[in-house]
Amino acid sequence: MLTILFDGVAYGMLLFVLAVGLSVTLGLMNFVNLAHGAFAMAGGYVTVVLMSRYGVPFVACLPVAFLAAAALGAVLERTLYRRLYDRPHLDHVLFSIGIVFMAVAAVDYTMGSQQQNVRLPPWLSGRFDIAGVGIGRYRAFLIAICGALVVALQLVVSRTRFGSRLRAAVDDRRVARGLGIPVDRIFAATFAVGSGLAGLGGALGAEILGLDPTFPLKFMIYFLIVVTVGGTRGIVGPFVAALVLGLADVAGKYYVPASGAFVIYTLMIAILLVRPQGLFARPR
Amino acid sequence: MDADADAQRDAQRGRVAAAFAARHRWRRAETAFWLLAFVAWAALPRQAPIGNEIAILALFALSLDLILGYAGIVSLGHAAFFGAGAYAAGLFAKHVSGDPLLGLAVATSVATLLGFATSFLVLRGSDLTRLMVTLGVALVLGEVANKAAAFTGGADGLQGVVIAPLFGRFAFDLSGRAAFAYSLAVLFALFVVARRIVNSPFGASLRAIRDNPLRAAAVGIPVRRRLVAIYTIAAAYAGAAGALLAQTTQFVSLDALAFDRSADVLLMLVIGGAGWLYGGLAGALVFKVAQDVFSGLTPQYWHFWLGLVLVVLVLTGRERLHERIARLLRRRGAAAAMHDADAARADRA
Amino acid sequence: MAAALETVALCKTFGGLTATDRVSLALAPGARHALIGPNGAGKTTLVNLLCGVLAPSAGRVLLDGEDVTGLAVDRRVRRGLGRTFQINQLFGAMTPLETLGLAVAERAGRGGDAWRPAGRDAEAVNEIVELAARFRLTDVLEARTSTLPYGRQRLLEIAVAFAGRPRVLLLDEPAAGVPEHERDELLAAVAALPRDVAVLLIEHDMDVVFRFAERISVLVNGAVYAEGTPDEIARDPRVRAAYLGDGDGNG
Repeated sequence: MLTILFDGVAYGMLLFVLAVGLSVTLGLMNFVNLAHGAFAMAGGYVTVVLMSRYGVPFVACLPVAFLAAAALGAVLERTLYRRLYDRPHLDHVLFSIGIVFMAVAAVDYTMGSQQQNVRLPPWLSGRFDIAGVGIGRYRAFLIAICGALVVALQLVVSRTRFGSRLRAAVDDRRVARGLGIPVDRIFAATFAVGSGLAGLGGALGAEILGLDPTFPLKFMIYFLIVVTVGGTRGIVGPFVAALVLGLADVAGKYYVPASGAFVIYTLMIAILLVRPQGLFARPR
Repeated sequence: MDADADAQRDAQRGRVAAAFAARHRWRRAETAFWLLAFVAWAALPRQAPIGNEIAILALFALSLDLILGYAGIVSLGHAAFFGAGAYAAGLFAKHVSGDPLLGLAVATSVATLLGFATSFLVLRGSDLTRLMVTLGVALVLGEVANKAAAFTGGADGLQGVVIAPLFGRFAFDLSGRAAFAYSLAVLFALFVVARRIVNSPFGASLRAIRDNPLRAAAVGIPVRRRLVAIYTIAAAYAGAAGALLAQTTQFVSLDALAFDRSADVLLMLVIGGAGWLYGGLAGALVFKVAQDVFSGLTPQYWHFWLGLVLVVLVLTGRERLHERIARLLRRRGAAAAMHDADAARADRA
Repeated sequence: MAAALETVALCKTFGGLTATDRVSLALAPGARHALIGPNGAGKTTLVNLLCGVLAPSAGRVLLDGEDVTGLAVDRRVRRGLGRTFQINQLFGAMTPLETLGLAVAERAGRGGDAWRPAGRDAEAVNEIVELAARFRLTDVLEARTSTLPYGRQRLLEIAVAFAGRPRVLLLDEPAAGVPEHERDELLAAVAALPRDVAVLLIEHDMDVVFRFAERISVLVNGAVYAEGTPDEIARDPRVRAAYLGDGDGNG
């Protein structure tokens, strides 16, 4: 039971790191970016390539995954995404689906369609026992890293100047601009960091979630669930939503294996029925 | 003096009636389109299988147009109804009767019920919520189909679907001619019905709801009721398309419910233009032909070009292209009607 | 004789803000009633409460003596309550012809008809022509609404509300934003509304108000500050001090 709890928390925190960028992007730019998973995939593949072709150790790949995905995000934001902020949501959906299709096909072409394997360093594999409960080392590692990230993000958002400017821009873009806040630069930075985090998540998650060219499509729904249920107004909402989702998924697959992801989807629909703005959105 | 005013009123009434009539009169281009479609069936026997696919996709795209183009509901999970219709038709043929028309009726009914049941989910919330909910419903159905493998065949697909010859005479054989004719006929029949719906007061109220839901309610339109109605109808149409697929290919697999299918149909409709009924048909045609062409070039990477088209289309602004086409067609029709009304008045005077 | 429209201690609070403060208003059938008040007094909020766009925090709304407080917007409309919006809310892509056709069809109960082509109904056509004549829209019936001059759009706004054959019509600043040369046409149309329709007019322009109204309510900070005939209001020293001020009608 405790193992499930532990696994669920690890999974949930991983989902959070993957999805937080999407949440902030949606709240800030009101942009429905279904291609968010592509950045995660990029981070994952960068890691795989670095490890298998250049022998870079796993932990060293993680910051590179972050930076690569962030750079990709920054470039795409400046060149393409920026033009579509004021368009209707349908345009966002179509555009990002187009990007996903291109990304999936491009990766399939260059890297092949098989599952990629990430060989974890020995100190991260296996389990260690604490009071008779088996704790996977990798999952413990995940919880540690993701936990640190959550804390760091929350501190940045609530304590730094960038954070307060970000919150102002999320609250009311026009007023923020009027106050002299460089909204465009905040968009660019936020998008880049969000994509970078997704990339990091992709690298971290390759072992647990698997990595193949269909990753963005497979996991898009999970990210979207985190965002719609958790709301887009801060860090706490998506964090809790991701944890709930992670726990529900792991528990569901363990206790009712025949139902698969059924539980998650039904839960999501139920929640959205009761509170269409998400569990944590401020009532408008 | 009074006679003058009366005559004026009469003339105005004539104009108003003519203007309305112009909207729903069949234009020459439309008749030509359908004639061409039937000619294609007659003259291109070797293209029958792909023609069949196009007709089915066209019907599916038409069903999405009913909710997206006419009611403004963005759905990422419309394949739920397509798949439901497909599986219903397949299972019906396998376990009850191979009669195609009966199966079509049953499958459409199943999809209708499903549409009605889920319609309440799309009434609430923002665009994003609706996207999520529609996506969620399709995914739930996909999971159900996957897990109930004993019943649905799971990932291997539903085997053993045998369809009896249509009207006892026309078997769906490998040439595909009977299948193409069947799908085309169903498409045409349902299209005619859709055209009437769209040009009716009900259809007008949908467009009002799409353009300004606040005003629509203030005019007395029962918004929720109308949306539930059109969503259910659209589900029925999608289910019919799915049934056609199951019956003409005598096979159903999980990809009838996959996200790909929902995304593809959305793309088809967007290429052709949502909101004028022919958009879905045109889009399906272009999509399928392009897919054929590109699959010849780079077989597995068709989706790359698809994605590229989408991106370019959105960046350059899809409305501009469609606006121009629509304006051209609309102006010609309305102008013709006015001319007729004026001529009639001149005759009377 | 039951009031055409009546509110009983209607209240609306948003968090800590009281937008509508125990407003009790009564409109006689065929009334010509004006609602005036400074900006931010809560006039449009009151209209939204009357129509059902907003749900009240307390109090009731009665239409022809019947409690409609819980009814949705469209149901109130079908019971005979029409309104115009302060900022035009029209269907930009439709023509006035289609818009009026829509309103007429809904009122006739034929809005849900999915089979009959719109416009086959001779009676509906008749009604549309009459409406167009009354609101001077005959020559622009087939232009796209978004291309019409603002004054015409305002006329269409009123025509659409009137098409529902309301017994009570709420006009929210009908002349607002209408250029000088189109105002007379608009005001004439308002003055020509039939006597069996009770009209509640929200206006800033005192000339219009005093010309049109038989009864005036003054709304300040969400509450009814004063109510009476135009003469009484004009002479009320509190109203003059608080609102009419220098008397040139700038709200």
